[in-house]
Amino acid sequence: MNNSNLAGGTRRQIIIGFICLIVFIYILQLVNLQIFSDSYKISADNNAFLKKTLYPSRGLLYDRNDKLLVYNQPAYDVMVVMKETSTFDTLEFCQILNIPYPQFKKRLDDMKDRRLNPGYSPYTPQIFLTQLGNKEYGVLQESLYKFYGFYIQNRTARDYAFANAGHVLGYIAEADKRDIKQDEYYVQGDYVGKSGIERSYEQYLRGKKGVEILLRDAHGRIKGKYEDGLYDQAPASGKNLKLSIDMDLQAYGEELMRNKTGSIIIIEPSTGEVLCMVASPTYDPSLLVGRKFGDNYKLLLNHPNKPLIDRTMNARYPPGSTFKVAQGLVFLEEGIIEPSTHYTCNMGFPAGGGRPKCHPHASPLALVAAVATSCNAYFCWGMKAMLENRKKYSTIDEAFDRWKDLMVLQGFGYKLGIDLPGEKRGFIPNSQSYNNMYKHRWNAHTVISISIGQGEILSTPIQLCNLAAGIANRGHYYVPHVVKEIQDNDLDTLYTRPHYTGISSRHYDPIVEGMHRAVTGGTCRAANIPDIAVCGKTGTAENIGKDHSIFMGFAPMDDPKLAISVYIENGGFGATYAVPIGRLMIEKYLNGKISESSQWVEERIRSAIILPYGIQTN
Amino acid sequence: MEYKRISLWHSLDWWTVLLYLILVVCGWVCIYAASYDYQHSNILDLSTRSGMQLVWIGSSFILGFLILLVDDDWYKVFSYWLYAFVILVLILTIFIAPEIKGSRSWLVIGPVSIQPAEFSKFATSLALARLLSGYKFKLLTFKNLSLAAGLFLLPILLIILQKETGSALVYLAFFIVLYREGMTGSVLLFGFSTVLIFIISIKYAESFFYATPLGEIMVLSLVIIIGLSLIAYYSKGFKSIKYLLIVILGIFVPSILASFFFPFDVTYVALLVLGLICVYSIYLAIKSSPKTYSLIVVLIIFLVSFLYSVDYVFDHILEPHQKRRIEVSLGMIDDLNGAGYNVNQSKIAIGSGGFWGKGFLNGTQTKLKYVPEQDTDFIFCTVGEERGFVGTSLILIVFLVFLLRLIFLAERQKHTFNRVYAYSLISVLFFHVVINIGMVIGLTPVIGIPLPFFSYGGSSLWGFTILLFIFLRLDAGRTRR
Repeated sequence: MNNSNLAGGTRRQIIIGFICLIVFIYILQLVNLQIFSDSYKISADNNAFLKKTLYPSRGLLYDRNDKLLVYNQPAYDVMVVMKETSTFDTLEFCQILNIPYPQFKKRLDDMKDRRLNPGYSPYTPQIFLTQLGNKEYGVLQESLYKFYGFYIQNRTARDYAFANAGHVLGYIAEADKRDIKQDEYYVQGDYVGKSGIERSYEQYLRGKKGVEILLRDAHGRIKGKYEDGLYDQAPASGKNLKLSIDMDLQAYGEELMRNKTGSIIIIEPSTGEVLCMVASPTYDPSLLVGRKFGDNYKLLLNHPNKPLIDRTMNARYPPGSTFKVAQGLVFLEEGIIEPSTHYTCNMGFPAGGGRPKCHPHASPLALVAAVATSCNAYFCWGMKAMLENRKKYSTIDEAFDRWKDLMVLQGFGYKLGIDLPGEKRGFIPNSQSYNNMYKHRWNAHTVISISIGQGEILSTPIQLCNLAAGIANRGHYYVPHVVKEIQDNDLDTLYTRPHYTGISSRHYDPIVEGMHRAVTGGTCRAANIPDIAVCGKTGTAENIGKDHSIFMGFAPMDDPKLAISVYIENGGFGATYAVPIGRLMIEKYLNGKISESSQWVEERIRSAIILPYGIQTN
Repeated sequence: MEYKRISLWHSLDWWTVLLYLILVVCGWVCIYAASYDYQHSNILDLSTRSGMQLVWIGSSFILGFLILLVDDDWYKVFSYWLYAFVILVLILTIFIAPEIKGSRSWLVIGPVSIQPAEFSKFATSLALARLLSGYKFKLLTFKNLSLAAGLFLLPILLIILQKETGSALVYLAFFIVLYREGMTGSVLLFGFSTVLIFIISIKYAESFFYATPLGEIMVLSLVIIIGLSLIAYYSKGFKSIKYLLIVILGIFVPSILASFFFPFDVTYVALLVLGLICVYSIYLAIKSSPKTYSLIVVLIIFLVSFLYSVDYVFDHILEPHQKRRIEVSLGMIDDLNGAGYNVNQSKIAIGSGGFWGKGFLNGTQTKLKYVPEQDTDFIFCTVGEERGFVGTSLILIVFLVFLLRLIFLAERQKHTFNRVYAYSLISVLFFHVVINIGMVIGLTPVIGIPLPFFSYGGSSLWGFTILLFIFLRLDAGRTRR
């Protein structure tokens, strides 16, 4: 009866072996799944946790008189989790959002394109449309139940109290691929400062995003907070900034600059604080907000007057005659001249065969008069004397590089380090530049045009204003900056410690004297304001088209409250436009009003139109 | 009666009962966790699955107790009647069952739904045991073998007609019983290698090793190994194939090496080698045992031709959804939304458990219903996520110990009836465990069958309890005669 039981011994063992083998294989697979592979844990978290970002409000911007300049307004983003969507009435959806169907389609395709949107996942909320208007928001909120997978995310957008200072304030826009790559704080759809203060103070302004971890089931329904919000983080608001800008002054400057191209910069010499920074043409910052951003940005970008260029630091011009004061300081410091040194001028630089030319004035003349009358020959003599001085310098290279060093110390040739992005460095050549350019065959005459701020020399308006600040302080300056205070933080020490110009303060007296005489009886008489001792220097930068009109100065002479530079592109002689504008700005800031005697000047400037393309803006 | 009670108490295998209780309790805990909801935290609430499962567990205990009270002869005597009754119910089910999720396998009687397929397992086991333990019954005749196989192929057919292919496949496990009772192992080997060839040739259909199709060469190598092992097995030793082995290696290894430099299709070499083996087998057949060795030739020819017809089978015979399930479970396609969703989510749930697990009721994947059927077919996920590797391997080991204990009990039976029934129980349980856990951890295709004693469901728990307790009753009475 138990026949088959005899062979059963081995068969039982085979069956047992087989069972054990299978269990062994399964345990191996469990080791693989549960111990060695992490991807499942990540997938599980992505499945179950809906990390809802809580956006902080961006820091507010105030001007130096505590006027609120930039604040936040509510905005709404439409988010979508593709995995949760089902078929819906796209037509109705487009109608509610007030977008045409092709845009809807394109937006959806762009969102799914991982090249454009590296963080795309059908399981996580993606931004479908940003900055919905209040009206659309209201309608969408009511019918959101019809569109599974779509959510509304509350955000804030910028709002502006003034239509001024667009360049200084900057704008914010959606973080692009590079922003996201550079800083992992950002995800697709975040806003980031793109220019101006918004960009340079982004770290302070943005605050810290918070997160709320919600549990989400397989159907995308929220099942409450994870661990009762134990791991949630509240957002931290951005820091408020107090700017050094005086918004009234800024607005006045912009008004004067309407229909002109150029810039006005005013710095408080004792602190380096920028009081106004007018670049013209400019734009209303509220144009670059919300869903109109794209269209407006394109419009500004393609405008022939290039309003997006901040001409206070993005533009480089030859400094022209204003550079002569820096030259005078270098010659004095190097002992090349004394204040009493006289040079001859016969309507031009005699050693150069009358070139560069000059205008009629007494000859020979000393330093103070040379500054006051803006004599070209005087500074060419000085340059020649310095470069050919073999007692002090063994070679021309050594002499020239010493000259260059002192110019750099006065703030030329390199970025000053203003707390705004996009500053240009200008250009001061060194001996190497000329050796390369002239194959070592050059002398004082070859480069003589740089003595009067022409030739290779290039500077930005802010560098010129900084030169004025350095002179006002008689030997030092503070790096110009537009932010005065950061909430709960200190300013970078770059902006609080003085930078010395390398020139002894006693050498400043004749230069200051010359600049004052220029105003009282020299080239910039138009800046002569009763009761205020203004020091100034005009400039006319040679240009392919009409020359640029330049004014640089500070006031009052003995207790400087402001340093100023004015650049009017194609404005002709310095005295024509730049000086009167400088006068009005000085008067406006120091007196708070324009005196009756100046009103006709104001009227003339306001109505003047100097635009290369003849396109007027209001 | 008094005497019998005491004897039952003493002779009952309490180890098995203990393991049964462990599995049932663990199962309940997992169902509680899987269906846990903050709104329904009352464990006795009958509207929740864990509450309902308590009812099923309680009634199963009563059922088990009642089964133990019945005289063991009764099962033997009524086995055919029970079988006939169950077959009748299965036939009836096809016609009167309402369609639920595409199948007609549930009988709805008032508030209760039962799945007759779960109860036909023990009846089939009893009938098979009765048949194989018959007086002077010899399994090894073709007629008897067919009769035995017919006993469980009939319910397969009926359950397939109910469109419950998964449950039907379970009955294939009875081949293990037949093997244990003397059926030649080549049937199992044959079946097993067919499945293996099918899987390998489909999975590696598109892969190439230099100029050699990877799937084909793997299958042919497998057939060569099977052929050689069979020859060695039947001629009792490696001596007989020693020279053949040297010749084969002499041809095979250089040609593989050569294919690195002059890419050519090595499968031709493999076919040549198989030809050699066939010739040798025919030689052996003429020399000694014609039947055995010619069977080897037939097997080789069948397997090779099967290999070359798999593509046809796959493309033309299987239904699209079956094809898809096979492709997904072989990892050939990554369809995370369709057929692969269940498996992927269940792997995520298990994988996210890590070594120690997330802790009781802390599983996010199961709690948030990412895993489908998580309290029935995919219950093992809950173990994986909340108890980690420690939990999963422990449960696997408990099942292993349970099966080994049952094999131990089976082998101590004096009566063929008892032993056959025991192996039926073992085979069915083993099949369920292998396929269910294999599917959850992504090793076997998704076949919807429950994990014994674990999965939620009255029919399944009752079915397995009856199956087990009848054997416990038989085992308890083993010493009586």
